[in-house]
Amino acid sequence: MTASGFLSQLLQLAVALALAPLLVGWVNQCRAWLQNRGAPPLLLPYRTIHKLFSKDAVVAHGASPLFRLTPYVVFGAMCCAAAIVPSLATDLPFARAADAIALVGLFALARMFIALAAMDVGTAFGSLGARREMFVGFLAEPALLMVLFTASLISGSTSLPTIVETLAHRELGIYPSLAFAGVAFTMVSLAENARIPVDNPATHLELTMIHEAMVLEYSARHLALLEWAAALKLFNYSCIGLALFLPAGIAEGSDWLGMAAAAPLLVAKLAAGGFALALIETLSAKLRIFRAPEFLGTAFMLAVLAMLVHLLLES
Amino acid sequence: MAGLPLYAQLINLLAAILLLLAFAMLAQRRVLSLIDLFAAQGVALTASTAIVAWGTGQTHLWFSAALTLVLKVFVLPWILYRLIRRLDVRWDVEGMVNIPTTMLIGIVLVVFSFNLAYPISQLASTVTRSTLGIAIACVMLSFLMMITRRKAIPQVIGFLSMENGLFFAATSATYGMPMVVELGIALDVLVGMVILGVFFFQIREQFDSLDLKHLEKLKEPE
Repeated sequence: MTASGFLSQLLQLAVALALAPLLVGWVNQCRAWLQNRGAPPLLLPYRTIHKLFSKDAVVAHGASPLFRLTPYVVFGAMCCAAAIVPSLATDLPFARAADAIALVGLFALARMFIALAAMDVGTAFGSLGARREMFVGFLAEPALLMVLFTASLISGSTSLPTIVETLAHRELGIYPSLAFAGVAFTMVSLAENARIPVDNPATHLELTMIHEAMVLEYSARHLALLEWAAALKLFNYSCIGLALFLPAGIAEGSDWLGMAAAAPLLVAKLAAGGFALALIETLSAKLRIFRAPEFLGTAFMLAVLAMLVHLLLES
Repeated sequence: MAGLPLYAQLINLLAAILLLLAFAMLAQRRVLSLIDLFAAQGVALTASTAIVAWGTGQTHLWFSAALTLVLKVFVLPWILYRLIRRLDVRWDVEGMVNIPTTMLIGIVLVVFSFNLAYPISQLASTVTRSTLGIAIACVMLSFLMMITRRKAIPQVIGFLSMENGLFFAATSATYGMPMVVELGIALDVLVGMVILGVFFFQIREQFDSLDLKHLEKLKEPE
């Protein structure tokens, strides 16, 4: 491991930690504009996290150590994921430890801990949210894996930095498989990040909430970590999407000039992606929970089709 | 992939879109949206035929493309729309199997037809030979749609979209059939549509419903 690789790794992690709440704030602001509401300030997520960190934590009676441990595990998993996904540069020493499949595993680990913690306290909402989360998760995971497999088939490797380098360097052409995979990935990201067709991040209505139901019992620093982790998850998914489908501009190796150029480009791409997310959320209505299998089944089908189309047309 | 000329890449893209539309029809619940999807399939087919004509210089394919545009994008959907208005049937389509299962069966069918087409397309010498698998898959998916739907109109749309798949196979794998054959098929489809339209009214008059399960009984109700 070279010193510059280590530095670029640290820088990327710091950028992810700093930008993630900003991305959430930006999406909320865009959504408010699109819905003709007064927009909340862009920096509101930072203020919320800061406020929550300075409060005293209240933990339910009978909560096991798992309940206290979970926010740290979830936050840690999301930080690991942020270190693996190439958002600024592809020279990431940490990324050699884990490939795209391990990345899906990291997300699954976070999901499992948060679901267990939600059931731990024994409230009705917690277990309801946990069950729904696992229900959505087990449908979304195969679709996400299939999308990553398609990218791996094209580039011949499951390591994300290698995939990005191959995809950024291929000849210009029309790749129907990547278009299908892109749509499938968007659908999976919406489901995984508790966004509107599947879940509504802005509601606390008992019949519809999934993610919010699980974190209902948390307060203060625990809640702050969970909110930050949720923001990081959105950031990670956006960066995976950008790395797979818009890889141009990510610096290769530890090229400092390239990284300096990659940073504003990343911010621009994320801003466009956040606006697109707000647009999707505004245009679509929330699905009934039992329609979610259909939504995610479609995503899975698209991802499988992407793989098949790649094998038939592009090999 | 990257070595292919632009027109072949465009045809590959349109082939993928056709496959996607076939799946969308399989998953669609509403009859009116089904007709729109059928018209969209017609547009994709017209575009692919025109691109084959442009890329290979086969002038008679321009006529096929024009025929496809008129018949499958305007006339047939218009007839279907009119039929639906006259029959006053706007219900959601009832499937025999639920939609996620249907789509999984569809994926299995696609894998099957890709396998089937692979050795055949190795023998062909055209640039767009790999789309043969997609054409077969479209035919299979339309067939599946006819099997899994109970009502008459979705079955007829399945039949028509099966013809779309066959037409795509003909243009992309072999650069089109002779003009006489194409004209004959186009006329057949049109006449078939008119006859089926008459059938719809007959079926409904007889059974008060367009559900084809009534046709399975051979005896008169006692």
